[in-house]
Amino acid sequence: MKTMLETVDLSGGYRGADVLDNISLRVEEGGFLGLIGPNGSGKTTLLRFCTRLLVPRLGKVCFMGKNIRDIGLKEFCRETAFVSRDLPSGFSFTVMEMALMGRIPHLGRLQREGRRDLRIAEEALELTGTLEFKDKYLDELSAGERQRVTIAMALAQEPRLLFLDEPTAHLDIGHQVQVMDLLKRLNRRNNLTVVMVLHDLNLAGAYCARIALMDKGKIFREGTPEEVLTYHNIEAVYKTIVLVNTGPAGGKPNIVLVPGEK
Amino acid sequence: MRTGIKVFILFLILLAVIALAIACGPVRISPAELLSAQNRVILNMRLLRVLTAVLAGSGLAVSGIALQAILRNPLAEPYLLGTSSGAGLAAVIALVCGISRLYLPLFAFCGAVASIILVYLLACGAGRVQEKSLILSGVIVSVAFSAVIVFLVSLSGEKVMHEMTWWLWGSLQVYDPKLLAVVSFPVIAGIGAIYFFSQDLNALSIGEEESMHLGIDSDKIKKLLILVSALITAGLVCVCGIIGFVGLIVPHMMRLLAGPDHKRLIPLTCISAAIFMVVCDMVSRTLFSPLEVPAGVITAIIGAPVFIVLLKRSRRAL
Repeated sequence: MKTMLETVDLSGGYRGADVLDNISLRVEEGGFLGLIGPNGSGKTTLLRFCTRLLVPRLGKVCFMGKNIRDIGLKEFCRETAFVSRDLPSGFSFTVMEMALMGRIPHLGRLQREGRRDLRIAEEALELTGTLEFKDKYLDELSAGERQRVTIAMALAQEPRLLFLDEPTAHLDIGHQVQVMDLLKRLNRRNNLTVVMVLHDLNLAGAYCARIALMDKGKIFREGTPEEVLTYHNIEAVYKTIVLVNTGPAGGKPNIVLVPGEK
Repeated sequence: MRTGIKVFILFLILLAVIALAIACGPVRISPAELLSAQNRVILNMRLLRVLTAVLAGSGLAVSGIALQAILRNPLAEPYLLGTSSGAGLAAVIALVCGISRLYLPLFAFCGAVASIILVYLLACGAGRVQEKSLILSGVIVSVAFSAVIVFLVSLSGEKVMHEMTWWLWGSLQVYDPKLLAVVSFPVIAGIGAIYFFSQDLNALSIGEEESMHLGIDSDKIKKLLILVSALITAGLVCVCGIIGFVGLIVPHMMRLLAGPDHKRLIPLTCISAAIFMVVCDMVSRTLFSPLEVPAGVITAIIGAPVFIVLLKRSRRAL
């Protein structure tokens, strides 16, 4: 297996204050990595370094063995895509127009979208179950529908590596499973590499092939769900008492909260 | 090509409006007489005036579009952001100091850029630009600079003052054809440049980070296009003073008609804004003929209600 994404001794943050402390992480081609950890542990910041929004103070991020600073921005965005936790706002484009924006890295300036671009955008909408809203304006949609449109936009970029920051934050359980199933399917069939921040430990355990548990800007533990999602690790990082069972479906770890007050 | 047809129809309307604008004026002459050699001077004057209106309308509206996308604020516009007043103030300072009119655009450009930086700094709170206070700072700067213009003009004597009040409300009377020629290059090039970046503007209007993820170096393109819109505004202020709200009214109407996609929006706005400005100028000349109302007064009377509607619709945008 080839290494697709690698952070090497990565340290850095915002305005002189480091958020990440010496992070070394590897994601193989076709991998499915979940980033978990308490609020403020640096998950989103790590994604921002991996997508070139932030410049490391020390260390580097490599994509296919090449420092991402040495890859052209457009070229990088033809290979990778990012789904933000924030929903798009501002001028209201139609759903189809949003999906077509995913084609921007593949088009020259002033070049019109061709038939192929239209087809790819429609496929992306189809996959996320938003094709029926194609001609609706974004501000007519619910938060969950908008979230799925942003995923469609990222898929229209035809990435080999997809970053997602809590893509299920605005979704009900039905759509959570739908989106996670979709990512798993793309991961299996199209060999799409997925790196995602998740808050729901059970979703992480059920879908991710590997999990990195972050704490205070460091990787606390990295490994398979069974290795990482132990009551010992979770209690140490989240300072919360939990029970970890073997899940009834598929034998993945199943985390149960233990209320402090009854 | 539905957009192509729309552009074509608008273009025909523009030609018709231009013909009408040339035909009417304070001196009543029939079209046939107007074309005869003895009236060449009147024809030239009217032609220049209409050309200025076309240039001013298109330039202000297209730079309005660019600013709206970059700042993700439907109320952004050269006048409301104080860019026009900054350019005007610098140009008036140059005039008061007796510097040749041909250097005016240079001064106006510096003034425009300086006022943008000032507005940006005023709107900065806690290290980040507060989008909501941007327009507020823009209006404050605009009012303050206009006051300084009046102050300078008042100090410089009665006669000059009368000549220069038009800076404040705009006039499409061409005083200096050479200056118009000098200014038209950057204005036309600027409109072209903004159209060239229409795809980037689409991405920028959904968000700065979002556009980074689409492979667009948003920081660089934002700065570049802000400079371009300052250049257009500065050039136009030198020729026709401060005309407000054009960059607000026309892009808003066109967005309702054609949606927010800049590849369509920019050509459509460019032509409709030209039509709008020529019509406004015609109204300003003929309503109380032979007296002339400043063009900026007409645009402001139409623009203020549009501003209120936009403001009501996007409370968070102020």
